[in-house]
Amino acid sequence: MATTAIARPRASRWALRSSRGGPGLLRQAGLQALCLFVLLTVVFPVIWVFSVSLNPLNLSKPQGLEIIPPNATFDAYAQVLNKPTANPISFLELTLNSLKIAIGTSVVSVIIGVFAAYAFSRLRFRGRAVLMLMILAVLMLPNVATLAPLFVLLNSVKIDWPILGSFNLRQSLLGVGLAIISGLLPFAIWNLKGYLDTIPKDLEEAAAVDGAGVNQTFLRIILPLSMPALAVTGFLGFIAGWTEFYFTSTFLSGTVQNHTLALALNAMVGQFAATPWPAFSAFAILFALPPAIVYFFAQRWITSGLAIGAVKG
Amino acid sequence: MAAITARLGAARGRRSGGPRTQRAAYLYLVPAFLVMGVITIYPLLYQVWMSFTDTELKHLNLRLGLTPDFVGLQNYQNILTSALSIPNFDFLRLIIYNLWWAVSNVAIHLVLGVAIALLLNAKGLWFRRFYRAMYIIPVVIPALIVATVWAHMFDADSGAVNLLLAGAGGILGIPATVFHIDWLRQVAPPMPWLLPHPSGGPDLALPLAYYAMLITNTWLGWPLNSVVATGALQSIPNELYEAAEIDGATSWQKFRNVTLAYLRPAMIPYAIYGFVVTFNLFYLTFFMSGGGPNGRTQLLVTQAYYLVNNVHLYGVGAAFAVIMFFILLVITLITNRLTRATQTYTL
Repeated sequence: MATTAIARPRASRWALRSSRGGPGLLRQAGLQALCLFVLLTVVFPVIWVFSVSLNPLNLSKPQGLEIIPPNATFDAYAQVLNKPTANPISFLELTLNSLKIAIGTSVVSVIIGVFAAYAFSRLRFRGRAVLMLMILAVLMLPNVATLAPLFVLLNSVKIDWPILGSFNLRQSLLGVGLAIISGLLPFAIWNLKGYLDTIPKDLEEAAAVDGAGVNQTFLRIILPLSMPALAVTGFLGFIAGWTEFYFTSTFLSGTVQNHTLALALNAMVGQFAATPWPAFSAFAILFALPPAIVYFFAQRWITSGLAIGAVKG
Repeated sequence: MAAITARLGAARGRRSGGPRTQRAAYLYLVPAFLVMGVITIYPLLYQVWMSFTDTELKHLNLRLGLTPDFVGLQNYQNILTSALSIPNFDFLRLIIYNLWWAVSNVAIHLVLGVAIALLLNAKGLWFRRFYRAMYIIPVVIPALIVATVWAHMFDADSGAVNLLLAGAGGILGIPATVFHIDWLRQVAPPMPWLLPHPSGGPDLALPLAYYAMLITNTWLGWPLNSVVATGALQSIPNELYEAAEIDGATSWQKFRNVTLAYLRPAMIPYAIYGFVVTFNLFYLTFFMSGGGPNGRTQLLVTQAYYLVNNVHLYGVGAAFAVIMFFILLVITLITNRLTRATQTYTL
């Protein structure tokens, strides 16, 4: 007993000194070599795709691994910004379609979702367990497994206007948006509920003592506190919509004016596509850059926001 | 004072579900369930009905006015006995491959994620914050970009992977033609003894495309594991290591009894989450191997997409989705039990 009492401070003092001094130079060199190797594997594909994008467009497949290739040019970027695929649609129009889907679906899901999330997190009512199980069951099924019924159902909404021509919900951005929300809304509810569960209840109890009702508690306390979670859930929904592929590719086949960035990417890499690699690389960079930058800098909040929703289940 | 307790009581009453809360709760749920009722729940029920029919492309043309026939359990039977009229469909192989794909990926992610988190946690490491920031890059790139870029990197003629291998081989004097590897299309399995071909069973041999996608998904998957492991590592109180030192523990014992003991409860739920994500990972398979060669790397999700998008067998696709639902239900029930078992594990 006595020996541990004496040994303990001495041991901790030793530990302190070793952490301040750090490892020896040889060990530091070994650690740095390992870290640099990992870094190389991480950034290699990014550097590679960038260097390929600098090749002149007449080169369908670059042959070397130079970071700055011979005859480096930004022609590929000019090309994809103007007309990325054989279809008559520009990069800007593709981006606008992707943006409409991404913003529309994420905003609708978050706004509707936060009301339901509040009810599930804070209110006790009959049927709560059944409804929550229902949402969980829907969440379990990947989006692609709802492709068949949504295709058939949305396809059955057809209106023939006398002059304007016919409108098919399935082939429209609205139809795709609805299909995406069908999976995104349950996710938003669940993710937001997970976050609301972590907000301490003291504030609401104090408000209740002051006579605040359910609505006031929600508007004055819960909603302001859950802004970060709304932003994160909205951003995750935005990314899902920005890169959505199952519904857009299955539903929008015929209507070129509704095509999105993801569909253009698919058209560039498909089996019969003959897109020069520089054009593909430039397109991939332009497509990935906006969400990647946001994600990179907001990474800490996003992963923690996601972890809460995912793990709290 | 009495007024306050009365109000507190009223507040508690609201919490435990008085009639006013009940009504408020339903009002809060109405928008979500109205929307989900139309575009989520009704389609899913419709899917179950569709799974008993032979709905095809011709039934979608409203002008023809054809109605699909009720075929009972025929679609289910055809799927489960691999009797679908599409090429390279073997249900048993599909499931075993899909499970193997998820398990092998998650195992690698876990080991690499923890190892690199430990590396970054080494005492006195220089540029720690820089490495941590850079290592997150794979996570921030959308998965379909990752898949298409790596598909190009595994190209047989000009892919970066073959060029790198040829460069490394050139130093050793191996001719470059050896490294003209057709990663994504070569049919012959490189390691036939791994997942062999049992007599009477499905041919499970893993094609080269599986390894190419395994490499890609390793690149994609370990960083988030590393983030989770780092969080767990930082929660370990330093006193535990000091106490272990005093007790004369070797560094292996410290790693096993302190580090791993703390990592386990954090990593297991995350591994399960990763398992489900990888099990349903569409983009890599779709854009890299396309499920090939000969359907050997097809996953449930890519197969479901193929049934609807390529061959327009909506009835079969619906039955396939229902079967998927039950497979995922079984997986969820098992993993839930696993998580609960690990939650009782106290430190």
